[in-house]
Amino acid sequence: MKVGVITFPGTLDDVDAQRAVRYADAEAVALWHGDTDLRGVDAVIVPGGFSYGDYLRCGAIARFAPVMQPVVDAARKGMPVLGICNGFQILCEAGLLPGALTRNSSLHFVCRDQWLRVENTETPWTTRYEEGAEIMVPLKSGEGGYRAQKSTVDELEGEGRVVFRYAGGNPNGSVNDIAGVCSANGRVVGLMPHPEHAIDALTGPTDHGLAMFKSLVESVVAA
Amino acid sequence: MTQLDTVAHAAETPDTEQPFRELGLKDDEYARIREILGRRPTDAELAMYSVMWSEHCSYKSSKVHWKHWSANTTPEMKAKMLAGIGENAGVVDIGDGWAATFKLESHNHPSYVEPYQGAATGVGGIVRDIMAMGARPLAVMDPLRFGAADHPDTRRVLPGVVAGVGGYGNCLGLPNIGGEVVFDPSYQGNPLVNALCVGAMRAEDLHLAHASGTGNKVILFGARTGLDGIGGVSVLASDTFSGDEGGSGRKKLPSVQVGDPFTEKVLIECCLELFAEKIVVGIQDLGGAGLSCATSELASAGDGGMRVELDKVPLRAKGMTPAEVLSSESQERMCAVVRPSDVDAFMAVCRKWDVIATEIGEVTEGDRLVITWHGETVVDVPPRTVAHEGPMYERPIARPADQDALIADTPDGLTRPRGEEELAATLMRMVASPNLASRRWVTQQYDRYVRGGTVLAQPSDTGMIRIDEETGRGVALATDCNARFVKLDPYQGTQLALAEAYRNVAVSGATPLAVTNCLNFGSPEDPGVMWQFEQAVRGLAEGCKELGIPVTGGNVSFYNQTGTTAILPTPVVGVLGVIDDVRDRVPTGLGAGQTLLLLGETHDEFGGSEWANVVHGHLGGTPPKVDLAREKLLAEVLAEGARSGLLAAAHDLSDGGLAQALVEACLLGDVGASVTLADDQDAFVQLFSESAGRVLVAVPRPEEMRFTELCAARGLPWRKTGTVDDESDALEIAGVGAFALADLRAAWEGTLPALFD
Repeated sequence: MKVGVITFPGTLDDVDAQRAVRYADAEAVALWHGDTDLRGVDAVIVPGGFSYGDYLRCGAIARFAPVMQPVVDAARKGMPVLGICNGFQILCEAGLLPGALTRNSSLHFVCRDQWLRVENTETPWTTRYEEGAEIMVPLKSGEGGYRAQKSTVDELEGEGRVVFRYAGGNPNGSVNDIAGVCSANGRVVGLMPHPEHAIDALTGPTDHGLAMFKSLVESVVAA
Repeated sequence: MTQLDTVAHAAETPDTEQPFRELGLKDDEYARIREILGRRPTDAELAMYSVMWSEHCSYKSSKVHWKHWSANTTPEMKAKMLAGIGENAGVVDIGDGWAATFKLESHNHPSYVEPYQGAATGVGGIVRDIMAMGARPLAVMDPLRFGAADHPDTRRVLPGVVAGVGGYGNCLGLPNIGGEVVFDPSYQGNPLVNALCVGAMRAEDLHLAHASGTGNKVILFGARTGLDGIGGVSVLASDTFSGDEGGSGRKKLPSVQVGDPFTEKVLIECCLELFAEKIVVGIQDLGGAGLSCATSELASAGDGGMRVELDKVPLRAKGMTPAEVLSSESQERMCAVVRPSDVDAFMAVCRKWDVIATEIGEVTEGDRLVITWHGETVVDVPPRTVAHEGPMYERPIARPADQDALIADTPDGLTRPRGEEELAATLMRMVASPNLASRRWVTQQYDRYVRGGTVLAQPSDTGMIRIDEETGRGVALATDCNARFVKLDPYQGTQLALAEAYRNVAVSGATPLAVTNCLNFGSPEDPGVMWQFEQAVRGLAEGCKELGIPVTGGNVSFYNQTGTTAILPTPVVGVLGVIDDVRDRVPTGLGAGQTLLLLGETHDEFGGSEWANVVHGHLGGTPPKVDLAREKLLAEVLAEGARSGLLAAAHDLSDGGLAQALVEACLLGDVGASVTLADDQDAFVQLFSESAGRVLVAVPRPEEMRFTELCAARGLPWRKTGTVDDESDALEIAGVGAFALADLRAAWEGTLPALFD
């Protein structure tokens, strides 16, 4: 089972995402922004960081990188794709997920241990959680405020596509406390907090994030 | 445009007036340059010498005191060092074939002028120093000092500095694992922005900044060179090219450099790939003094000369003069020496990372640094005279006349709180005071998680990073300085800073190994400041000898003053420790089922204390006594306790004393505790004295006997202070009061947001 982890210039959390994949007993495959194919991987993670320095707008340049075309094509055919933080922003810019991420309401970068409620356990990235489970993972972003048109938010809420919601206080002004959403087919998930930083209580606040990567492995093996 | 000031032209025009004084050179320094060259310097040479002979680059006022470092470094201490003072950063052997490199540096003055960019480029600069040793940068820390917390200008400077540190470090992808935030009115017009970076490498991969091997190529890579950060050298442009200021807009650019962390992140990965391919002979970062520094230092440290074609440097501004290209402090640039056969491979790696790389020269036979501009020679100098043989001054030293009066003004007469109510009110007031309150408002703007190696970070006493994922080997770092203690007694105060940083590393379970420093002082031309400086250097050097840990490098920042009023002398000391397995780390927060013990002895010591500061606005008397033998013993007991699993938590006692340590340990663990003070000592002294050599430890109840036996066997005084009570939501101190955790948290965490939100 191979999981691709993309590195753009300015990607920072690629080593963390690769480690999380290994902790879930899968093989992490490094994908380069200039790659034009996905090297036979079964799923893709678009990790956090500041791709292209966040110039222009977070994720706006990365979506045009050569590697994104095969990612978009594969996602449309049902390949599981996870976007974390800057990766979530990139997936929104690429049109794989609805909405946009805006400056935190505090106007400051915020790094904190954040409680989340898991609201959708049907995606390939969340099957190991119980619905309504509360997990703590790091949140670290300056532009994490989730925004979308009212009709889009209504659609996401109506179809159960809000995957994670902030619990214990909204850290960035996201509409409806939304921390993460999924595509209509549920295969593409994006969230601002960092499950890959919560795979071992030694280096993270908890190991609550590891279940996301284990969920993926189970889902792909079962499919 | 007027004629290019070539070497030939300079020889022909010996009487041309040159603006050397505006560039900061003294008459005799200028005369010495003329003597070295046998003619007047060209504009470009004058630019190089003036910036390289500045206090910042040449250490001309402090160098004479460096004898204290060497005089106090024993062969055993030296044996741990793979590179020491004089290299870009110190390197120490941390075992298993790993080497760690770390350094502290100041970026004080730019950060007052332009807080965001000043702080941001401070981070960028120290990270490149670490890269220049061949290491992967792993984490940063930022010791910061500001004016009074409630001063209006602090509201301008602090948020900008914090955003700059975060903005650069977060985007660069390095976790920020600690540091300091201290307020004192003496920093009002002169905040201190110090930055530390730590990196690691396999010991055999150490790179030094040497240009050797005739015929090897000199390659400049990274960002383009522009007009930012040219500073004083702009006088050359206006003098030489009067009337030629239009078009390029050179006058409108700030003298503070502008950072681009994205470029630096890419540069890090590019450098590491170059190191991995083993195609770098020598490497140097471009920081202060830009290419002037990089070319002269590389050539000076190598075994030959160097020829540089300056017009090949990629520029981002039009009409730059050779002097400006040499002096520009544009960020995110590195300079490498590469064998001709490896140039293609070098360029291929740079292309992969979209990093601009340009061959600008080569190592030559002989001992001259020759720089040409479109074929004409504009610099022809012996590089050692630029980089390593600058002026050196033995500045006058005099103990300040008011030092005795300061010491005589002891805190003994200050009114102390009496009785339960007053003690309780004092505790609550102290917890919320700006220097003791939670730093969360600051640290939550820093990414502490990136790269997944952070084991401990703020608000822990120390930052700890895992280096080897297989074995768990890691390093711990702390920086400290109580400048109020240093003001009262610079020798002992600096040893107290060393002791505190050493102790902070020890409480995490790591073994202290090496020291770096950033010595922030007023004007070296003030004999009183030089006295403080000399005392501080001697105190630190002799203290390190007693502890057996070497000073591996450091930085001096002088002229930190407003008018004639200097800052509190602030020798920030950074200590690096090693831990065999980070899983044995000891956290700061308490947990259920633990017994609290106080290690060390408490005396009636309030000179320079935070209590005297907060309650009485008083600074006088003598600082607490320092006992380095005791600190060493304490560290050994803590390391043994951590290795044997006897320690559940530990917290250093420093500013604010036992009261503050108890409050923080409870809040960080989110548990209550019941504490009993000794009945043979005044409660106020026990709670608020800042005696050194003390640590609050929490031991799992079943291990209490084993741990106290360990202390007894080693002769370390200890006293049972209380127990953790996880059923309770209060810190109860018998005879003082019960403090609800919620009230303590509100007081502790409310201060900085109220000031800066």
